[in-house]
Amino acid sequence: MGDVRNKTFVVTRFDPDRDEAPRTQRYQVPVQPDWKVLDALNYIKDEIDGTLSHRWSCRMAVCGSCGMSVNGEPRLTCKDALDQYGDTVEIGPLANFPVIRDLVIEMEGFLEKLKSVKPWIIRAKEKAVEEGPLNQSPEQLEEFRKFSMCINCMLCYAACPVVANEPDFLGPAAIALGHRYNLDSRDEGAAERNEIFRGEGTVFSCSYANECTEVCPKHVEPAAAVNQAKLNVLIDWAKGLVLPRGGAQ
Amino acid sequence: MTDILRHDLVIVGGGAAGLRAAIAAVEADPSISVALVSKVYPMRSHTVSAEGGAAAVAREDDSLEMHGYDTVKGSDFLGDQDVIQYFVEQAPRELTRLEHWGCPWSRNEDGTVATRAFGGMTTKRTWYAADKVGFHMLHALFQHSLQFDRIVRYNEQFVTKLLVDGGAVRGVTALDVRTGAVRAVLGRAVILATGGAGKIFPFTTNGNIKTGDGMALAYCAGVPLKDMEFVQYHPTGLPGTGILITEATRGEGGHVKNSEGERFLVTRDYGVGTKAELGPRDMISRAIVQEIQAGRGFEGSFGAFVHLDLTHLGEARIDKQLPMVRELAKIYAGVDPVYEPIPIRPVVHYMMGGVDTDIDGATSISGLYAAGETACVSLNGANRLGSNSLTECLVFGARAGEHAVGFARGTGECNESALRSQTEEEAGRIAALRGKKGGGEKISQIRREMNDAMESGCGVYRNASDMASGVQALAKLQDRLADLAIEDSSLVFNTELVAALELVNMMDVARTVAGAAQLRDESRGAHTRDDFAARDDQNFLHHSLCHFDAAGAGPRIDKKAVTLGHWEPEERKY
Repeated sequence: MGDVRNKTFVVTRFDPDRDEAPRTQRYQVPVQPDWKVLDALNYIKDEIDGTLSHRWSCRMAVCGSCGMSVNGEPRLTCKDALDQYGDTVEIGPLANFPVIRDLVIEMEGFLEKLKSVKPWIIRAKEKAVEEGPLNQSPEQLEEFRKFSMCINCMLCYAACPVVANEPDFLGPAAIALGHRYNLDSRDEGAAERNEIFRGEGTVFSCSYANECTEVCPKHVEPAAAVNQAKLNVLIDWAKGLVLPRGGAQ
Repeated sequence: MTDILRHDLVIVGGGAAGLRAAIAAVEADPSISVALVSKVYPMRSHTVSAEGGAAAVAREDDSLEMHGYDTVKGSDFLGDQDVIQYFVEQAPRELTRLEHWGCPWSRNEDGTVATRAFGGMTTKRTWYAADKVGFHMLHALFQHSLQFDRIVRYNEQFVTKLLVDGGAVRGVTALDVRTGAVRAVLGRAVILATGGAGKIFPFTTNGNIKTGDGMALAYCAGVPLKDMEFVQYHPTGLPGTGILITEATRGEGGHVKNSEGERFLVTRDYGVGTKAELGPRDMISRAIVQEIQAGRGFEGSFGAFVHLDLTHLGEARIDKQLPMVRELAKIYAGVDPVYEPIPIRPVVHYMMGGVDTDIDGATSISGLYAAGETACVSLNGANRLGSNSLTECLVFGARAGEHAVGFARGTGECNESALRSQTEEEAGRIAALRGKKGGGEKISQIRREMNDAMESGCGVYRNASDMASGVQALAKLQDRLADLAIEDSSLVFNTELVAALELVNMMDVARTVAGAAQLRDESRGAHTRDDFAARDDQNFLHHSLCHFDAAGAGPRIDKKAVTLGHWEPEERKY
């Protein structure tokens, strides 16, 4: 099983009922060699301090609950191996979000952003179930497949320099999701979504820092989605369908 | 003053069954107001972890009759045959609907939906989106649901009790995890869709949230839990973590091998016949345990295991069809399945049992419905076939949603003052738990002991004496819950309080599993007895029902007839 190694975890704590500001608390944890960051947090919760609050569930990198800041970087903690870190590991809530408590961040705003891009199939006329599935070639599926892989872990928002300055920025995951539907051969809603994308605080606010793509644990490449979405809005504009406005440069 | 929220329909749980029910409800009646109450955000629901696919007849060489027969045989003839027939008829419609809603199903070259082979299924009828089917289905459902303003989401609200008045359910009480407030969410009908209870076991594919909450809610309100003794062990979980490696690995042609490199499902007689690795889950799990007991397993730091070998499939096929398996094996087992076999062992995966419902999802309490893994509509009987459960969430989620709407329409006003006082009482109970010193019992300690009792008493192979020890241990553990200490006294996001409430739920559910198992002196499906090796239709071709005993004496258990009529029970041999 290899050697157990003691590490110190410096964990950000904050209870709005008791603390004026976030503070840190140190825990010594005997770390097993195969552990992820989340395993250490669960050890703290179960064996040392039941008052620590963090979100987690699937522990297999698909439910998207356990995004946190590890040594200052946004990480999916159930996927993040501890052996890459030294004897002291700092864990805090994801940056760029209000904190509810300890490592738990406010995500209602993110949900609103997701909804605002109309992330559902829009068709002029719905096909009846009796008529069977719509056809879609493997190539058509490949057009959007990558952008459908987002697990809503919000690491990209924590990494995004635009979100840091402009909390209302629609942001990488929501834009990638809207773009995913625009690219889906079954969808006819691109004009509606491009209307949204040309607004303030959306695609043209992106500074293309590419941080979102670098931190994405599912290789969604939201930066590419944002860039493609920009281009599509401009093409619509060139066709005279919409006028660019907002932060267009 | 207690906060009261008023809706027409309350759905507890935001996974595939809950979301499908919500959409069906607002489509059936656009004026209806639906509260979708979940202890997490819907996209965190455990549906997300399902991997391999969803079953529905799609090919010309297939038929509803064949899907039905495979399912009833897989169930070891404990599935209700009217339910199975309805299920197979509706399955293609539901998966088509999901296609129209944007689910990125994998495709054949001609653009039609692709299907793959799965265990116990005669032909390729499992629809898939690579190996992230639950993830894609859940997100497609969730995103589709966002367009309906009549679906009001209450995220991170833990339901603590069903509000029942005059014999009818009238809503729920919910702890708002972020504020600590306990509120009433009233509705004319309630649907439970909270998923399974794998966390009663130590080694499970299930996420942390799968604590049997809906089962416990219904049970404590007087609805029986049905067929709880049938717990599915998935043959292929990663040692240590229990992370699921999908059956689609075998559907795509993967081999299971022992330490001698032998494909024992081919070379030895484990009842799976020519199906080999594509036998049903109960049989393959037993085969693996027997191989290990015969000394033909590998020893590892997390116990013995065997190999799942995909190396002959090649990198291109693995990356196209099984990308998540490759990722999971690399991250959580340190092996790349393109080059090395994956270590695997059987792992608790799915509860065939659950809240006793009829084919409409209705329970014995007026206005209370259940669907998905929480429910036992009796599709799966003693053993579920892989890829039937995602489809089950859709078929019976939709049906429960439609029927609950019909029921809600015909229901009169409730006695709000009675419900308000029930809610205040519940708020008082929850308040007393926060920061409770108790007798100093630790949540993690009792949970561990419960897990151990379940593993030793209700494993792949069971016997009378181990089960009796398990039953006794659980009774003692349930008594110790009264002494539970909860360090955290904060109102805000008190996850320790939630964990305590979940543990109380799990203990009730665990006792029904162990109690029902103890009474079934036969081997059927996933319930395998060392001491009663054969199926006994004479005495046990019936469902078991566990009734709650308020005095704490553990479940009172009786029987319910199985609906037969279309397929004659026969020896289950492949």
